[in-house]
Amino acid sequence: MGVPLDQLLIQTINGIVTGMILALVSSGLTLIFGIMDVVNFAHGELLMLGAYVGVLTLAATGNFWLALLSAGLLIGLLGAAIYLVTLRPLIDRGPLTTILATFGISLVLQNVALWQFGPVSRKVAEPIGGHFTLFYLDYPWYRIVVALLSAAIIGGFWLFLKFGTWGIWIRATTQDRVMAQAMGIPVPWVLTGVFAIGSAMAAASGVLFGPLSGVDPTMGLGWILRAFIVVVVGGMGSLGGSIAAAILVSLLEAYASLWVSPSQAIIVSFVVLIVTLLFRPTGLFVAAPK
Amino acid sequence: MSSGAGAAFIGTGTAVARVGEDARAADLLAVDRLHTYYGKSHILHGVSLSVGRGEVVGLLGRNGVGKSTTLKAIAGIVHPSAGEVRFEGRPITGLPPHRVARLGIGYVPEDRRIFPLLTVLENLRVGLDRRGVAKAKKALLLDKIYAYFPVLAERRHQAGGTLSGGEQQMLAIARAMMLEPKIILLDEPTEGLMPRMVSQIREIIEALRGEGVAVLLVEQNVPLTLEASRRIYFIEKGEVRHHALGSQLHVGDAVIHQYLGV
Repeated sequence: MGVPLDQLLIQTINGIVTGMILALVSSGLTLIFGIMDVVNFAHGELLMLGAYVGVLTLAATGNFWLALLSAGLLIGLLGAAIYLVTLRPLIDRGPLTTILATFGISLVLQNVALWQFGPVSRKVAEPIGGHFTLFYLDYPWYRIVVALLSAAIIGGFWLFLKFGTWGIWIRATTQDRVMAQAMGIPVPWVLTGVFAIGSAMAAASGVLFGPLSGVDPTMGLGWILRAFIVVVVGGMGSLGGSIAAAILVSLLEAYASLWVSPSQAIIVSFVVLIVTLLFRPTGLFVAAPK
Repeated sequence: MSSGAGAAFIGTGTAVARVGEDARAADLLAVDRLHTYYGKSHILHGVSLSVGRGEVVGLLGRNGVGKSTTLKAIAGIVHPSAGEVRFEGRPITGLPPHRVARLGIGYVPEDRRIFPLLTVLENLRVGLDRRGVAKAKKALLLDKIYAYFPVLAERRHQAGGTLSGGEQQMLAIARAMMLEPKIILLDEPTEGLMPRMVSQIREIIEALRGEGVAVLLVEQNVPLTLEASRRIYFIEKGEVRHHALGSQLHVGDAVIHQYLGV
């Protein structure tokens, strides 16, 4: 069963677009895991709330950039608050405690959203309209914009990690928390800051993805599942690994949906996950900066 | 025991009183009856010691008697259950480690704990990038360190984890010096180093003293400690048992054998 080249190309573009958003979601997750060994089960709900902040700001002001900014800021602050109130007192209590705590937070946030915004999915108009012709398809420019914006946010974050004083502090704390503190790094603030940044990145991906899928209280669930797969396949705590794994998984899913329905295509991700856990449990990609 | 060594031997009681009084004049660091627990095991049983400004003080004892724990408790990494640490007259017990570091207490741990994925320069910047240090001052500090340790200048863009053991030890000390500390807590700096490197560590301690930086030195290397330290405390079972001037001790002394012999 030969596949026409044009379909293959379309799926490649689709895969890269989803892969970039997934990379943005996973970056925050892997960053938080890398520095404080916390698997944040509420990450998807931060994405969902970010999408809602985006929807509301867009409705009030009509400005997409403002929506992106306000979602990042508000959810970043929310993330910092969640960290300070619930995780900081638990941080050295072992993984099970923090998993249960973040899982509890995710349930609370999901139900707050359900209560405030209702169960009906909200359609969001694509903030950047227009299409271009890709073979026989009208391909929306917005999807390309989403991929580029995700890449820009990840790239900006990478530069921040690589060159700023805070970036050095974050990397040093990730590599050796105790020694970082003994060298005068205010580690409690670095951890709070990292949780805020990770949350803001989740919120940004929610705003970007909202127009593609609609916004509803459970939209975080699908993302968090795939983000976990990506984080494990990429190597837990490795930023570069997560980005590579996000693209790989999304491309494989996109190609798989040439033959099966997209909802079945996620099976491919699980296969990748299982194969990784069997043969290379530390992750397929090991990359700096950690 | 030779008569010379006998004269050098000071009885515990008088030694502590005499030498201690001498140091109290300009106490930089004072540790007062410190107790720590690791889980249920009682590690420090009331350690007391003091370090004067610009003074090199040695801490000798067998493995597992609490030397490293004493340094960790001063640095704020281990929380004492009782007792007090005073720095420049102010109690600092219970302060988080980053606040202790910013006061001017540099910590160089036993296993060096270089940030392996940061470059040499980034490792140094961890201590250098703090508020209140002007750009020119930073450049000056870096230049000074690179003059002391030319090999670090050569490798400034290399990841810390790729350095040799001796280079990592230099980087660990250089990194602590970036804090412009008044005292450096140096935990077994010569462990696992080649003899050539050991004498270099000796020179570094001398250079620190020349800069007016005090050193609290934990070592297994007795000759080095006797040579480098003005005063020496002997620790056994989590307590200071003996205290003497470095110049009055010799490698073959009975007291050395008593607290360090196997």
